Amino acid sequence: MKEEKIPTRQSYGEALAILGEKNKDVVVLDADLAGATKSEIFKKAFPDRFFDMGIAEQDMIGTAAGMSTCGKIPYASTFAVFAAGRAYDQIRSSVCYPNLNVKICGSHAGVTVGEDGATHQMLEDINMMKALPNMKVFCPSDDTQTKWLVNEVSKVNGPCYIRTARLASPVIYDENEKFEIGKAVQIGDGNDGTIFAVGICVSQAIIAQEKLKEKGINVRVVDMFSLKPVDKEMILKCANETKKLISVEDHSVIGGLGSIIADVLTENCPTKLVKLGIKDRFGESGKGAELVEKFEIDSNAIIKEFIND
Amino acid sequence: MLLKITEEDILNLKKTANNIRKGIIEEVYAGQSGHPGGALSCADILTVLYFNQMNIDPNKKDDPNRDRFVLSKGHASAALYATLAERGFFSKEELKSFRKLGSMLQGHPDMKHIPGVDMSSGSLGQGLSAANGMALSSKMDERGFRVYCLVGDGEIEEGQFWEAAMSSSHYKLDNLCVIVDNNKLQIDGPVSEVMNVYPLKEKLQSFGFKVFEVDGNNIDELISVFQKTKTVKEKPSAIIANTIKGKGVSFMENQVGWHGKAPNEEQYNEAMKELN
Repeated sequence: MKEEKIPTRQSYGEALAILGEKNKDVVVLDADLAGATKSEIFKKAFPDRFFDMGIAEQDMIGTAAGMSTCGKIPYASTFAVFAAGRAYDQIRSSVCYPNLNVKICGSHAGVTVGEDGATHQMLEDINMMKALPNMKVFCPSDDTQTKWLVNEVSKVNGPCYIRTARLASPVIYDENEKFEIGKAVQIGDGNDGTIFAVGICVSQAIIAQEKLKEKGINVRVVDMFSLKPVDKEMILKCANETKKLISVEDHSVIGGLGSIIADVLTENCPTKLVKLGIKDRFGESGKGAELVEKFEIDSNAIIKEFIND
Repeated sequence: MLLKITEEDILNLKKTANNIRKGIIEEVYAGQSGHPGGALSCADILTVLYFNQMNIDPNKKDDPNRDRFVLSKGHASAALYATLAERGFFSKEELKSFRKLGSMLQGHPDMKHIPGVDMSSGSLGQGLSAANGMALSSKMDERGFRVYCLVGDGEIEEGQFWEAAMSSSHYKLDNLCVIVDNNKLQIDGPVSEVMNVYPLKEKLQSFGFKVFEVDGNNIDELISVFQKTKTVKEKPSAIIANTIKGKGVSFMENQVGWHGKAPNEEQYNEAMKELN
């Protein structure tokens, strides 16, 4: 893990502009948040293929659906709460039911949005998006992975949801790291425990891993960026090889990463799983770094699970 | 594009509209389910679009340059299916499987399985956004195709329709035509009593549309108005098509109760007798 910190929303915008150069079918829509979602980087490069739909997320998703029926590959960008929440039925009826090639980017997900508080802190989007047939769901952890993902989903013919964060997070992977949709990334091979994580929580898990190592506890971190399709083999492998399983996410413990893992475990090898996440409540205002601590999804909360064991 | 319409052409279109109405009744009777009222009201609009106005070909159903049609009021699926079958996109025999288990003719339009359906719909208020996306694509790629979107008068109580109406006009979609099937009734009663959407003309004008008003059950008037919309520049067109819910079957006309009800055998025979 590097010192350099980049918010994944920034990586999204930069990757879109590069993709736009390669693929002329790519179009980008935003709902008056181009500066925040970073889709403005694409807008500057390709103004004729950028559409600001105003503060009207439902219309934005429907418009993207219509464009995709004519061969376009639309990337619709707004805050996660307004994409997955406000436009849920549009994503369901106009995108997922007809299995249209629309990419939806929900930025500013989780409590790490910070000061804007509960109304803007989307904690249920993984749950809602994963329940939709045809939808693929991703939550990348760093700059390298986000850039790869933005390009990779353009090759998938169907709806994809990409969840990014406002908070700057450390760069974890080298530029040449290989990723694959449906394959989790294992970091380290300790057998004392597995920390399954997504998004900004992956770097928190790596910090915990390093500190635990100093105490003689060897754990592995598994970056579960591909939430649907999920890497079942990896989950079962870790359940068999390690002594303790923990999941950590900046999302509700209801229906998020933890629930996805629990589903796989229950059906195949019932194993105890500790779910760290937001515990059936709304978020609140504060700095992102303060909130991960308060809601116990940071490295200290992870370490406690192993030390107090 | 269109030269002279002869009286014979009009007569043929009227016969076609009648066939579509028979198809609608066949469907809802066979399926014992569906929405005959709002399907019958828009049969003439669909006839003029699919048999006179739109550049489409059942043999080239995926032609990227074809005109597009979005049935935003997806519950009028019986009308769209009967029209597509009449136009040769699939066999009329299929109509008897309407809404039945295993049928491609799902309750609401499913673009993935039904030849000729350009957009899935069913959850109201969403069609115009998709139509805008198609019209924008037509302009981006300079394909020159037109996009038609049929909405219900009750349907446009949905907020998304007005979001989309703003976009149609903001992006100057002069290749787009919205048709409001103004049959004046919705499930719970008259539109003006349930949730008043009127005055429609003024509302649509203020949103930036060139607005036309016609008798939506009159073939001649419809042809003439669609021709006019093709000459509108820099703004989208809207046609307020004043129709009769249940049009063509006397006991269904202007009856709220026939919004979403299937006829029994006696009613079916009576309806078919009237249409023959």
